[in-house]
Amino acid sequence: MAINKDSVSGTLIVAVLVCLICGVFVAAAAVGLRPVQEQNRVLDKRLNILQAAGLYETGMDVEAAFERIERRFVDLESGEYVEMPDSYDQRKAAKNPNASTALTGGEDIASIRRRPDVAEVYLSVDDAGDVQVIILPISGYGLWSTLHGFVALQADVNTVAGLGFYEHAETPGLGGEVDNPRWKGQWPGKRLFNDSGELAIEVIKGTVDTSSDKAVHQVDGLAGATLTTKGVDNLIQFWLGENGFGPYLARLRADAAEPAVQGADDSVTLSAVN
Amino acid sequence: MAEVAKAKDLLFKPIIENNPIALQIIGICSALAVTSNMKTTVAMCVALTLVTMFSNFFVSLIRNQIPGSIRIIVQMTIIASLVIVVDQFLRAYAYDISKQMSVFVGLIITNCIVMGRAEAFAMKNPPIPSALDGFGNGLGYSFILLILGFSRELIGSGSLFGVTILEKITDGGWYIPNGMMLLPPSAFFLIGFIIWVIRAVKKDQVEQDQFRITANSRVSDAF
Repeated sequence: MAINKDSVSGTLIVAVLVCLICGVFVAAAAVGLRPVQEQNRVLDKRLNILQAAGLYETGMDVEAAFERIERRFVDLESGEYVEMPDSYDQRKAAKNPNASTALTGGEDIASIRRRPDVAEVYLSVDDAGDVQVIILPISGYGLWSTLHGFVALQADVNTVAGLGFYEHAETPGLGGEVDNPRWKGQWPGKRLFNDSGELAIEVIKGTVDTSSDKAVHQVDGLAGATLTTKGVDNLIQFWLGENGFGPYLARLRADAAEPAVQGADDSVTLSAVN
Repeated sequence: MAEVAKAKDLLFKPIIENNPIALQIIGICSALAVTSNMKTTVAMCVALTLVTMFSNFFVSLIRNQIPGSIRIIVQMTIIASLVIVVDQFLRAYAYDISKQMSVFVGLIITNCIVMGRAEAFAMKNPPIPSALDGFGNGLGYSFILLILGFSRELIGSGSLFGVTILEKITDGGWYIPNGMMLLPPSAFFLIGFIIWVIRAVKKDQVEQDQFRITANSRVSDAF
């Protein structure tokens, strides 16, 4: 090379060239591998939905199992189902000012700043078309990162069927234990609402006192991860509360409370028609 | 290194005789973090070996063009690019493992072995021997990591690569797993043992005392 490499211009040229070449290299790898990574993410998300719902067994075909799951959209304000295009992405919508609502300090307990107007829900249906499990997306801030996951509820809209996170960056070994099957195993069977119909589920610090009558609403905190535990508790309170899926759950509960009556009505009408 | 070293030496010396972890005592951080099971251990070994080899190769390729004043940052740029590419590949083809290893793939950038070999060897040697040296040091690192991963997963979880070898008592078997083996400090103890064994056999690795420790003071000295 004609230029003296240790001169100022030489140094600058080498620096710029190295950056350019490395930049192109990294960008090519990132762009080239994106479709495969995207596919993995979708598969992983579906796997998490199935796991949260307690429908997953090791080695099963995720794609096939997912055919039993129906994706619906809910207007969070009214709790009614709405139609949305298939490509709707709730996490993108949460960043779009036209498709989301800003939360004020007091409302924003999960520290997510904006809430999408329309949320997706996944309904696992049995052969007869009855909803078995309702799977709701949840997200909120832990210690280092926003946790994204799902909570699954039984058809009675009160019993938890499962909970799982598919994306977070909490400290491995401490907050990262939200992925621990043993911790997640505490969730199924917990009740969301107390006898007076208030949201009572909580993640507490330390271990649940099983003799307490609140035990059915409480989940152990993660040892050594107070802030992650708090974050999980906050996001549960938010998403199951009135600013989250509250109106939707209230509507489902109202529906679930009177199916017997409705069924009787239906059979009466049917017999009348027949 | 004035004379060009032999390929065989470059490849195999770093495994026992000049092991980066056991003799040079570098790259300990990731050795503690990712060795609680064999799957992540193997992924880490492959990732680090590839990164060390290619970073040595590319640094050596442009070693005569790198200005002395910015050589470290140039090496870092090359290493960081390689690590990001490896991370992207893991995300695309080994999503589960990449999720488990989380930040530790990215932390290969700060692994002293990669940087140390680039600065100590690749800056002074031609590309092919440099690549061999990088690969050899990767093997040396992998050698220790595989021992750690093997013992920690077997003793800590009673399994290897997730396959149960020793039936755990919680699953109705007889084996009571040693939970400490799953915690990072156990890797420290194991590395200590490995160093001890290597130095017991190869006495030339034992370091000279840098200073003499004075004898303990006795109670009578105080009076």
